Amino acid sequence: MVQYYEKKIGKIVFGMLSSKMVKKMASAKIVTPELYDKEGYPVDGGLMDIRLGVIDPGLRCKTCGGKLKECIGHFGYIELARPIVHINYMDVTVKVLQSTCRECSRILADDKQIQKYKARLEKLEGESLEHYRIGVKAIANILKNVKKCPHCKAKQYTVKIEKPTNFIEDNKRINTIEILTRFEKITEEDMYFLGFKPEYARPEWCILTVLPIPPVTIRPSITLESGERAEDDLTHKLGDIVRINQRLFENINAGAPEIIVEDLWDLLQYHITTFFNNEVSQMPPARHRSGQPLKTLSERIKSKEGRFRHNLAGKRVNFAARTVISPDPKIEINEVGIPKEVAMELTIPERVTEWNIKKLKEYVSNGPTKYPGANYVRMGDGKKKKISKETHEQIIEELSPGCVVERHLIDGDISIFNRQPTLHRMSIMCHKIRVLPGKSFRLNPTICAPYNADFDGDEMNLHIPQTEEAKSEADILMNVPTQIISPKHGLNIMGCIEDSVSGNYLLTKVMEFPKEEAISLLVSIGIDEWEKFKNFKKTVTGKEIFSALLPKDFDFVGKSKNGEKVVIKDGQLVSGVIDVSTIGEGGGSLLRDIYRLYGADKTVSLLGKIFTLGIAVLTKRGFTTTTSDSDLSEDLTKEVKISINEAEEEVEKLIAKCRKGQLSSYPGKTIEETLELMILQKLNETRNKVGSMIAHSSNEVNSTLIMARSGAKGNILNLAQTAALVGQQALRGKRIDKGYKDRTLPLFKEGDMGPAARGFVRHSYKKGLNPIEFFFHAMTGRDSLMDTALRTPKSGYLYRRLANALQDLKIEYDFTTRDANQSIIQFRYGDDNIDVSKSEHGTIDVNKIIDEVVGE
Amino acid sequence: MAEDLIKECENRLPGKLVENLKKAIAKRPINQKQLKEVIKRLEEKYSYAKINPGEAIGIITAESFGEPGTQMTLRTFHFAGVAEANITLGLPRLIEIFDARKKASTPSMEIHLKEPYNKDETHLEKIISLIKEIKLKEVISKISINIMKLNIEIELNKKRMREIGVTDLTIIKSLKTELKSAEVNLKDDLLIIKPKPKEEELTLPTVYALKEKIKDIHIKGIEGITEILPIKKENEVILLTAGSNLKKVLEIKEVDGTTSTTNDIFEVASVLGIEAARQSIMNEAGKVIKDQALDIDIRHIMFIADLITNSGIIKGVTRSGITGEKESVLARASFETPIPQLVKASLIGEVDHLNSVVENVMVNQTVPLGTGLPNLVTKMKKEGEEPK
Repeated sequence: MVQYYEKKIGKIVFGMLSSKMVKKMASAKIVTPELYDKEGYPVDGGLMDIRLGVIDPGLRCKTCGGKLKECIGHFGYIELARPIVHINYMDVTVKVLQSTCRECSRILADDKQIQKYKARLEKLEGESLEHYRIGVKAIANILKNVKKCPHCKAKQYTVKIEKPTNFIEDNKRINTIEILTRFEKITEEDMYFLGFKPEYARPEWCILTVLPIPPVTIRPSITLESGERAEDDLTHKLGDIVRINQRLFENINAGAPEIIVEDLWDLLQYHITTFFNNEVSQMPPARHRSGQPLKTLSERIKSKEGRFRHNLAGKRVNFAARTVISPDPKIEINEVGIPKEVAMELTIPERVTEWNIKKLKEYVSNGPTKYPGANYVRMGDGKKKKISKETHEQIIEELSPGCVVERHLIDGDISIFNRQPTLHRMSIMCHKIRVLPGKSFRLNPTICAPYNADFDGDEMNLHIPQTEEAKSEADILMNVPTQIISPKHGLNIMGCIEDSVSGNYLLTKVMEFPKEEAISLLVSIGIDEWEKFKNFKKTVTGKEIFSALLPKDFDFVGKSKNGEKVVIKDGQLVSGVIDVSTIGEGGGSLLRDIYRLYGADKTVSLLGKIFTLGIAVLTKRGFTTTTSDSDLSEDLTKEVKISINEAEEEVEKLIAKCRKGQLSSYPGKTIEETLELMILQKLNETRNKVGSMIAHSSNEVNSTLIMARSGAKGNILNLAQTAALVGQQALRGKRIDKGYKDRTLPLFKEGDMGPAARGFVRHSYKKGLNPIEFFFHAMTGRDSLMDTALRTPKSGYLYRRLANALQDLKIEYDFTTRDANQSIIQFRYGDDNIDVSKSEHGTIDVNKIIDEVVGE
Repeated sequence: MAEDLIKECENRLPGKLVENLKKAIAKRPINQKQLKEVIKRLEEKYSYAKINPGEAIGIITAESFGEPGTQMTLRTFHFAGVAEANITLGLPRLIEIFDARKKASTPSMEIHLKEPYNKDETHLEKIISLIKEIKLKEVISKISINIMKLNIEIELNKKRMREIGVTDLTIIKSLKTELKSAEVNLKDDLLIIKPKPKEEELTLPTVYALKEKIKDIHIKGIEGITEILPIKKENEVILLTAGSNLKKVLEIKEVDGTTSTTNDIFEVASVLGIEAARQSIMNEAGKVIKDQALDIDIRHIMFIADLITNSGIIKGVTRSGITGEKESVLARASFETPIPQLVKASLIGEVDHLNSVVENVMVNQTVPLGTGLPNLVTKMKKEGEEPK
């Protein structure tokens, strides 16, 4: 019987390497900075020594015998001629120097204090390691001021760091050998007070006496087109280190003057420091010959492109596709249309059984070039075979239950669809595959809102889950219908948009069809329940057509956008007009009720039908928006002009009144502020007045108005700005008042408070702005651009911090909310354990339940 | 009977729902049978809406703030036209709340008054003068340095002093308490301050520094409250302030301590305690969201407030706050400053038990959330045992 073992990492322990350990784990001692010999073969004892792993195809590792990609690489080491300070442990080193005696290396506290500190630290360590660290820091701060060693009575001096790598005591530099000897004398008991656990780290390990050489596999050289070899930054740096180290050895052995040795020692310190971190302040970064700084160890780890965030917390995957998206209102909401090319490249592993063997054999015989086919077969013995013209016949013969066929995608397969930025969980949902002609991903426009997608060139990603667990999890938890209600606020985030809204609005408002046309319209969108058409009379109203989509027992009372009552009784739209507030996203009261009564799947299918009905109606009726939508009648133009003039006159009057001192101020405000407020109010009032004038006067066939009224797109203000006047430009909630001294532009008089001088645009977009107005308009436009540009990174960083802080909080089986340490954050989530995404706008509506019960 | 039915379901339904139910049936006639049915359906709905154990509620909350964050404005809302009484709102304010910054960028209070002061405006002037901070520079008409004598001469603004009810004596008193190293004398409306140097010779720069310091000496009112704006809201006079000092304001007897608030969360925590701070965080975050016309469920706000105040002190959502105190080394390292985190961990041999999310992502193991949480427990055959 085959036994499966699951490897699981239980814990990871962090610690330091002692020089002994470095030598022990090394498989080679590096002695020469040379890399290759004349033949281009790695030199023994060089930095590319093949005992450290192989990066050339054909060679075998001398340590483990593995070939390229089999051998993960092995460490080497070099013996340093003189000890070197480790840049990342500078702070620790200085703390230890400050806290210990310079003569006897005991901690600078007498036995009584030691007892006290021990008790305190042990208590803190019991709480958390972070508290222990804080305790150590506090003790170190006390100890650094001790002037005399309580043990050997030696005088103590303050130790300071002289950036970047020197320590100063009593105005003299402490050399690294001295530090090392001091550290070696520290007892294990004392280490506890310095923040060291001797099993894992000792102070003397902070000083390097040997340097581990990383395996070549983490610093592979690349062969350029010219055949030249370009070495990795780390190899360059290590070459410097080895070279200087050799020279230092030679000079010491030759008995060179101390000054030369010191210089070389400092140089070695520099190279090793930049090997660890090439961005140390006050140390010039090591550079390439081209002048670009080397990327050494620290730079590989940190920041967004570093090992942690780029490679460890984020992974790359196979079985994914990305292309441009385009709309297709004819496919279902939870479908995604994919091109055949994608379907033939991405595969799903399907296990061969008695029941599907025939089908799968067909796929195999189709091979990778004919759709629907298959690309690979994993045979019963675990071998993976590529299907090709030569092999497919043999594979078909061998195909038996237990084999796995990696077949092309077919309609109905499960996929995960995603658009970046993935800001919420509805940005990544499960869709069913639909293979379509064309080269783009197709999606139902209804689904744009949760993805925040549009079709101006957006691209989206598609992933194919490969295991049964992944497939079922995606299908059950991430399917589109399960995501209708946003966990943000408990409202539907999918709804009808744009044309479907105006289509349904027109349909339920004014339209009428002959019976035949009505039926053909309904059948065209997939309604084939004939008993629904039984009650149709000779002419069928739009309301009746809309009602044909609704379930028979559906009762609903709601409000339309303009506040009218919308009543549905027994599945019949009795009164009211359908618009965004009933079928749109976010609001969607009708959709919400359907969801509450009939569940997610029904809601999605109904939403799909309402959507296609709206489109079908508009297609039938025709709908267009033109510039003439914003043409005003002559009378209206006059009226608008009059009211603008009136407003301007009134503002002038207000200013005059203020100048005479007759204006009484609002409480808490100065006269000037009051005046500003009154003017702003007056001018905005005018724009709104003009807006409503246009809204009332225009005829019913104005498409722009229909869009605005139904909530499909735009609003009355947009129309007013295009047709009549743009209105006051506001900067930070005020009229524009910056620029020159006491005026906004040099063509105005100083102190001009009039509308025109302070950014009032009296022309419409259509007529065109005059240069002054254009300038003011550009000011506000620039301001809002700045706002967006600055906001995105700010909110992105807030989000990242929130996500990092909150990611491991979950609901436990006892319904408490806990973090990863199991400490309780909330006893009941949100005080009532209600999941927002399963609630109705955050609660359960008691009144609606009573309505239902009483109504029965 | 109806009460019995409701009472009976009380321990199965959350209090809020029961309350709503009580309110709803009080308004309309409903018979026993119907009520029973209502309760049955309500319980069904509730059990459906109950949150699933294992739900990654933290990340849902983060998403609920992160996604609308992109829609917020950066603008600070200008209120009431008083230059100092701007209140930071929108994204910057939200960041400030979640960061748990010690200093709010625009501290402000909303002071409610007790009866009858909240209706009667005649006392208003007096109360305001009690609260509003007066600094020396507001009651002087001229301040100058006499270079010959090396002292500071101050001309007092008698008119302004009378207006706000400050006498010479109060000024001298507060000057004397503030300035330990100077002589204060009053000579015919001229306040003369002679600095007494401690050691070295008196020089002009020190006198000048003293002069600047003197201007800001607190004379009267409550420290920190620089502006007061009375506004009328539903027949009640409310004082809005720039600057905040909750403790001192609550000590004034005309102030209604039960309804007066400040937007400085740390002040609330120190005066009223951590539970009040939690509520304050919820109120302040709620204000921002409401002002930006966004819709975020109260549970998310509550959740973050609970997390920030969980340990008894206010901890920000920063690398030194909540994230910085995570147990896992790798989780901390993957957030910010990875190298110092690793150095710190190496000294004491820290152990990462891989209990939370990122660590497990890093080592390619299932994350202990949602469907990654349950495990199958089965009896294993001993090694070498033959299957039956």
